[in-house]
This record gives sequence, C-alpha cells and structure tokens, in this order.
Amino acid sequence: MTLDFTVVPAFLDVILLGVLWTIAITVAAALVSFFVGIFFAVVALYAPWFIRLPFRAFEWLFMGTPLLLQLFLIYFGLIQIGIDLPAFVAGVIGLGLHFAVYNSELIQSAILAVDKGQTEASRTLGLSRMQTLRYVVVPQAVRDVIPPIGNNMIALLKDSALVSVIGVSELTLSAQQAIGRTFRPFEFYVTAAAFYYVINLVMEAVQRRIERRIAASR
Amino acid sequence: MDVELILRVYPFFIEAAWVTIQLSVLTTILGLACGALGAAARLSRLRVFRAIGAAYVSVIRGTPALIQLFILYFGGPQIGIQLDAFEAGVIGLGVNIGAYMTETIRGAIISVDRGQTEAARTLGMSRWENMRYVVLPQAARLMIRPLGVNINALIKGTALVAAISVVELTYTAQRFIGSTYKPFEMFLISGALYMIIIYATGRGIAWLDRRARIV
Repeated sequence: MTLDFTVVPAFLDVILLGVLWTIAITVAAALVSFFVGIFFAVVALYAPWFIRLPFRAFEWLFMGTPLLLQLFLIYFGLIQIGIDLPAFVAGVIGLGLHFAVYNSELIQSAILAVDKGQTEASRTLGLSRMQTLRYVVVPQAVRDVIPPIGNNMIALLKDSALVSVIGVSELTLSAQQAIGRTFRPFEFYVTAAAFYYVINLVMEAVQRRIERRIAASR
Repeated sequence: MDVELILRVYPFFIEAAWVTIQLSVLTTILGLACGALGAAARLSRLRVFRAIGAAYVSVIRGTPALIQLFILYFGGPQIGIQLDAFEAGVIGLGVNIGAYMTETIRGAIISVDRGQTEAARTLGMSRWENMRYVVLPQAARLMIRPLGVNINALIKGTALVAAISVVELTYTAQRFIGSTYKPFEMFLISGALYMIIIYATGRGIAWLDRRARIV
C-alpha cells in the first residue's frame, strides 16, 4: 500500500471541524486551569490546615498519576455518581483540573515573590486581607506567571489529543473518523499532526509577543 | 469503597505495573540515546546537523505524543514498518522523550563555564578530548536532576500506550472500569502503583544526584 495524500482534501471539512473543537477545548480548559489554579494557590498559601490538607492530597494525586487515567476517572466516575456529562465537558474538567495543579505551583511561587511591602502598604491603607489578595497581590503575581503558564498551555494543547479516548470529536478523533472510512491512517494522522504543529507555532508566537509586552511594561 | 473487589483484582494490576516498569526503563534508555544524539547534532559545527537536530526537537515537541504513537503503530505498516504494540510504544515514547532530553542535555553542556573549554584548548586538547575529558564530566552532573524531571514525565506518559492496547496499568484500569463500573477503586489501585514507581524513581535520581556532587 503506497502513500496517497490525495484522499485528504475530501475530508478537509471533517478535519477542520476537529481543529475548531481542539481550539475550543484548549481555550476552555486553559481558562479553567488558570482560575482554578489561582484558587488552589490561594488555598495552599492562606487556608487553615484542615482545608489545605485535602487540597494538598488532591494535588499530590493529580501530579503523580497520568492524565489519561484521570480522564477515565472523571468521565466514568461522574457517570457512576449519576452525573452524565457530555464528553466535551468531562474533557474540559479533566484537562482543566490537571493543569490547574501545575499552574497552582507556578502561581504560589509568584505570590510569594510579590514584595511584602505591597501587602503591608495596602493593609495600612485599610484594605482587608481578602481585598489585599484580590486587588494587590494576585494581579501582580499573575503578571509574573504568564510566561511560564504559557508553556503549560502549549502542553495542554498537545494533551488535548487524549480526550479523543473518551469520545470528544476533536482533531484526533476527526482523523480517526476519516481513517475509518478510508483505511489510510498514515495520511490522516500526519495531517492531524501538521494541524497541531501549526496551532502550536501560533501559540508560541503569541506567547513571545505577550512576554515582550510584559517585559516592556516593567 | 469496595475493598473486597480491590483485593480480588489487584494481582492483575501488579502484573500490569511490571509492564509499565519495563516500558519506562526501555523508553528511558532509548530516550537518553536519542537525547545524546540530538544534543550532539544541535551542538555540531556542521549546519546541516544543527538543522536536523532543531527540526527533530521542534516537530516532536510541537505535536501530541499520542498522534506520534498512532502514526508509528497504525501508519507504520503503510511505509513498511511492522511493530507490535509494545515495540511501537517503546520506540514512539522513546523518540518523543528524546526530543525533550535533547534540550536538557544541550542545556547542561552549554552551561559548563566557557573558560573550561578555553583552558583545555589552550593546553592543546582537541575538540573531542575537551568534550570527553573536560566538558561532559561536568555537564553530566548538571543534567541528572533535569533528566529526572523528564523521566518523571515519561513514566506518566507510558499511559498513552493504553490507546494502542498495551496491557499496562492504565489499560488495565480502563478494562476493569468497563467490567466492574467502579472507576474510583480502579483509579486508586493504579494511581497508587504509579505513585510508588514515580516515588522510587525520584529517590533513585536524588541519590545519583547526591553521589555526583563534587561540593
């Protein structure tokens, strides 16, 4: 069987739809991972121990096990307790929580790196502890942490291929659908890889721009 | 939680963990070989090798490991590469992690002080002797910890081969979730085994790192 890439254009609409879903799930999971990551970081640094401890255990579990296993747990676990979520939502929750744990580590160290004088000044000005965090410390920490979080988000794009396994029809599963009809795995997986590569290049370019802008704003 | 079920199925998971360990060890060896070659290419004096090294790192790190695995396993036969799932898993994951290791090894080599190379060259060592006796021994110490991070990611990455039906930990968990409808219990057993493997590896790396330290 020789390679024949001329079969690809006929399925371009299926593939492009898959690209859109991949972008959608990446953006949705990135947002979840960002905000939940901030929440985890604040809990890890400021919550009393009886709240901190279960969160710590959760993070430890999520850092020590494969994402694919976590996706199975979330997808089938939610069904078991009677919550039948669409695969897309389960995928967003799984990817989002997984990367929230990694983002939280970055955000924690960024929060600790914000000058103590900032906290002292805003407390002196009469802001509550919560307000200090919300309006003074976290915004500064987030600025510092955007470039390394960008790396995590590029990793998230590539790991989004895993949600094909629980049946989200993103790029990888779209390629599989085309393969099911043509029996040409090489051509369609290479095509999918090319699309991932292009999205990856665009994300890297955006990341470089943001980094330059942040560097200039200092 | 169904403890009785856990006690009944755990032997299957122990067997699967052994497959995960084999995958991890073989992938690490292949990854280190690809990483060393990749770093040598990226640091070469010849532009064509540098270009090949850069393309390897960029393409592999720019596309999902799962897709790379599928190209090799399902697409391979079309270009005359017939591999069973385990072989495809080791080769696919090894070549993949090799791209990350290329950057780790290259990073360690270029962070050895330039003065060392200058001194060695002044003393009459050839480029190769300088690499072999001066730079690499120092770089080797620097790369143990970051390679440990790569290996940690690699162990969790072996779960991907479940998608091409290698009967390792994640595949076994998936199969038992399907037959028992107990996702939480299956996650606990397989998760605990992953964490034991990762923890033990981490301790080994830390031990190596301590032994390799000069000061």
